[in-house]
Amino acid sequence: MPWDRNQIAQRAAKELKDGMYVNLGIGIPTLVANFIPEGVTVTLQSENGMLGLGPFPTEDEVDPDLINAGKQTITELPHSAYFDSAQSFGMIRGGKIAMAILGAMEVSENGDLANWMIPGKLVKGMGGAMDLVAGVKRVVVVMDHTNKHGESKVLKDCTLPLTGTGVVNRIITNLGVLDVVEGGLKIVECADGVTEDEIRAATEATIVG
Amino acid sequence: MNKVYGSAAEALDGLLFDGMFIAAGGFGLCGIPELLIDAIKAAGTKDLTFASNNAGVDDFGIGILLQTRQVKKMISSYVGENAEFMRQYLSGELELEFNPQGTLAERMRAGGCGIPGFYTKTGVGTVIAEGKEHKDFDGQTYILERGIVADLSIVKAWKADTTGNAVFRKTARNFNPPAAMCGKVCVMEVEEIVEPGTLDPDKIHLPGIYVHRLIQGSHEKRIEQRTTRAA
Repeated sequence: MPWDRNQIAQRAAKELKDGMYVNLGIGIPTLVANFIPEGVTVTLQSENGMLGLGPFPTEDEVDPDLINAGKQTITELPHSAYFDSAQSFGMIRGGKIAMAILGAMEVSENGDLANWMIPGKLVKGMGGAMDLVAGVKRVVVVMDHTNKHGESKVLKDCTLPLTGTGVVNRIITNLGVLDVVEGGLKIVECADGVTEDEIRAATEATIVG
Repeated sequence: MNKVYGSAAEALDGLLFDGMFIAAGGFGLCGIPELLIDAIKAAGTKDLTFASNNAGVDDFGIGILLQTRQVKKMISSYVGENAEFMRQYLSGELELEFNPQGTLAERMRAGGCGIPGFYTKTGVGTVIAEGKEHKDFDGQTYILERGIVADLSIVKAWKADTTGNAVFRKTARNFNPPAAMCGKVCVMEVEEIVEPGTLDPDKIHLPGIYVHRLIQGSHEKRIEQRTTRAA
């Protein structure tokens, strides 16, 4: 069985190491916070200007001045810190954030990422995604391996406008885990009951090794 | 020298003109200068260019100035919450310059600091880099981005003293300090104006030198995504 959204998030949470400062994108990446392994303490950064994101508030705790980058209400922790957007992206661009876990529309075999725009159709914007992929030390993307027509989203070359070139280190999909390596992608792990052949069949990108 | 005005309309008096360039603070609907946006709507100033991370929603924030067709161009990083924005953009009525969020914040900060341009890795190899100067430093490629200097900054803080020394609250700080810095004139709205000496000088987030006019008012502070857990 391929992984569902929560299982993808759970697998992505294994990437978190004790002491890391991490930025989680919107969507499946936000779910990763629910699966932080026992004994691992990570500090989550929200690019709207906060380190140390706490859980969603109870109804009584809701504060309109306290939101995450997905505009959701959140809470603070004893070690939280607030700062302005310029400083927030200073720490992102400056390589102080150890890892970002982001969603993807398409990813290519050399680590190009497209996750912000479908021309003529969907105008939303890149938000902080271009800054994150350019500045953060390690970029992990979580995504479905194929689109709703069954076509691969793990490609030789992205067809959509790029967020960054050669920026992705690891890809976690509903079918498994792939690393961006010299010459293409390397299968690191298969989802439970998924075979390497099934991953190869669902992948347009070159698979090496 | 008096910086305190009685209303948003009075604080903007003499500052607004058609075709002007305004930098606005806020992230989503959090920490937006909602009273000043209302006053700009009432003033009817047209052909505005806004540097603002977002464009509000259809009936709140900068979204209300889109409804009245007062906005010519947006410089933003993310506009996904606004149906009217998308309609005007896709039909060609509204100009849009997407900036990566950190590039937009740094453009404001730099402009306010007298820095006309800076090099960044953000956007290299993407449409953002098209037409921009590329330069290599230590084996890495960067692009040149320009500092922003706006005709006017509109921002929102939590508290300020009468000289404009300001304190923000939690994530409502966001783009407000860099937006405040980059305006030739900055008008700030706050929830409470206090006397000098009330705020700890060591805990000022934005010194009053950046703030020229100040109003106090009550804020709706609308929540975009109310997300809760069970108590």
